[in-house]
Amino acid sequence: MRKRILGAVLAATLVMASLAGCSSDKTADSSNVTNAATTAADTTTAAATEAATTAAEKKLSGSITLSGSTSMEKLANALAESFMEKYPDVTVSPEFTGSGAGIEAVTNGKVDIGNSSRNLKDAEKQAGAVENIVAIDGIAVIVDKSNTVTNLTKDQLISIYKGETTNWKDLGGNDAPIVVIGREAGSGTRGAFEELLKVEDACKYASELDSTGAVIAKVASTPGAIGYASLDAVDDTVVAASLEGVAATADNIKAGTYFLCRPFVMATKGEISAQSELVQEFFAYIKSDEGKAVIEKVGLIVAD
Amino acid sequence: MDSETKVVSIIESKSGISKSTVENVAKGIFTVCAVTAVFAVAAIALYMIISGTPAIFKVGLKEILFSTEWNPAPTSGIDPSFGILYVILTSIVGTSMAVLLGVPIGVLTAVFLAEVAPQGIAKWVSAAVELLAGIPSVIYGLLGLMILNPLMYKLELAIFKGSETHQFTGGANLLSAVIVLAIMILPTVINISQSSIRQVPVHLKSASLALGASHIQTIFKVILPACKSGIITAIVLGTGRAIGEAMAITLVSGSSINAPLPFNSVRFLTTAIVAEMGYAEGIHRQVLFTIGLVLFVFIMLINTVLTKILKKGEVQ
Repeated sequence: MRKRILGAVLAATLVMASLAGCSSDKTADSSNVTNAATTAADTTTAAATEAATTAAEKKLSGSITLSGSTSMEKLANALAESFMEKYPDVTVSPEFTGSGAGIEAVTNGKVDIGNSSRNLKDAEKQAGAVENIVAIDGIAVIVDKSNTVTNLTKDQLISIYKGETTNWKDLGGNDAPIVVIGREAGSGTRGAFEELLKVEDACKYASELDSTGAVIAKVASTPGAIGYASLDAVDDTVVAASLEGVAATADNIKAGTYFLCRPFVMATKGEISAQSELVQEFFAYIKSDEGKAVIEKVGLIVAD
Repeated sequence: MDSETKVVSIIESKSGISKSTVENVAKGIFTVCAVTAVFAVAAIALYMIISGTPAIFKVGLKEILFSTEWNPAPTSGIDPSFGILYVILTSIVGTSMAVLLGVPIGVLTAVFLAEVAPQGIAKWVSAAVELLAGIPSVIYGLLGLMILNPLMYKLELAIFKGSETHQFTGGANLLSAVIVLAIMILPTVINISQSSIRQVPVHLKSASLALGASHIQTIFKVILPACKSGIITAIVLGTGRAIGEAMAITLVSGSSINAPLPFNSVRFLTTAIVAEMGYAEGIHRQVLFTIGLVLFVFIMLINTVLTKILKKGEVQ
């Protein structure tokens, strides 16, 4: 038994050796060819890379610092991430300290960009801050489809959310109670809504839901419900109410007639053209199609 | 006995491994498995304590547990407040109501299955109960949202018609959550009660019947008292399931923080964590972990207290 196995192994080794001998010759031949090919390929790649670099921008490196509005956290982080993905040598570091603090930091020269979720004040502009609106945050007020009230004034909206008006009949609608729906504490949409209506911490919610989709679904399924959601998320299961007679559309927001919206400003000290190359590139990126896609992805309207 | 010894001896002779080695290896495997479970419990407990306590020191235990004001992320400049008294009360009231509603239905269903129902019907009902146990909690929540809430809203409109002070919730209230929870604990209660009823020795039942008691009298006077400990186990596990449930009730309870009255929109300990984890930061986030710790302590307390009651019952 053992002998037979030994024989087989020996035979196999011999066969293998002879095979290896044959193949090694062939490899020697082909390796030359491969070498030549590789050299040729190398030259082309190098040329292509060079062309690409010149065609695109010079290799960017360095860091950009942003500071300011907490409401702009999602936007700033999304832009920073995608920008760093495109230019791996660049570091974009956003901080969230509040709009006022952000503008102060940029006018003091502590950061490159100051984020603000409101228009700049005259005093801030005099201090050298320049208002660059990068996006607009629009909020739609939604009611269920059977509701006959489709237009609300600012005061009516405030009184509904403060719990002072509790029936649609007081607003010219049917005799039905108003079910007030909102977002959970900490939500950016809730923060913006309460801030724009000046009803901070004064809202009486019957339901606090933890996502835009949940708010829309709840309003759609509850007669007499009212809620708010990012404009881009609103679908045809609910009706977006007009405010002060102005329909909630992106066009009206851009025109400035729809009041439930706010600008997202990335302020710089002096005009963009006076900034470092890197910061200029960052703003160019925001205005590019890629940047616009990022802005829309976080639920905002692109500013023109 | 004889056959068993034989089997062991065959294994020994064929594999050539001594009996003690097999025993020791098996023992080792069992120990490792047991340690895994203990390690998991210890790690979770440790993690909850580490991440849940910082907020207690920053905000104050009394402030968290006994204040009703919850405004963790004020949009105006005022200081945040982290009182979860209403949330704790909601969990207690909601769970007790669900157990009060679910346990009688569950136990009586178990009696029906084990004692009353003809074989054919019992088979069908058992299958239905098993199916109920397998439905994911989010489905209960969705059904509650689509079916229960609109019905509850009609009831709410009828009861509070013309009321100036009641805040209408669109049917998303404590009562909806209680009904969903009660249905969710049914399979647990039914299965455990049923198996304990079936374990009651037949001679007890026969003796009762022979003494002239009717079948119903036998069920309530003999069988149910005999399987008291099994039913208490069912209650403990049902309570655990109800107090720990989040997904189903977050959809139907309205999730505003209010006193736990039947038609109020309420938030439970579990849903309080789920609802705000998304955007919470800083001390707000730490307080959410503290809520988790409170929930953890609650479940531990319920388990130990009810288990003690259970053991007491067994001694008698």
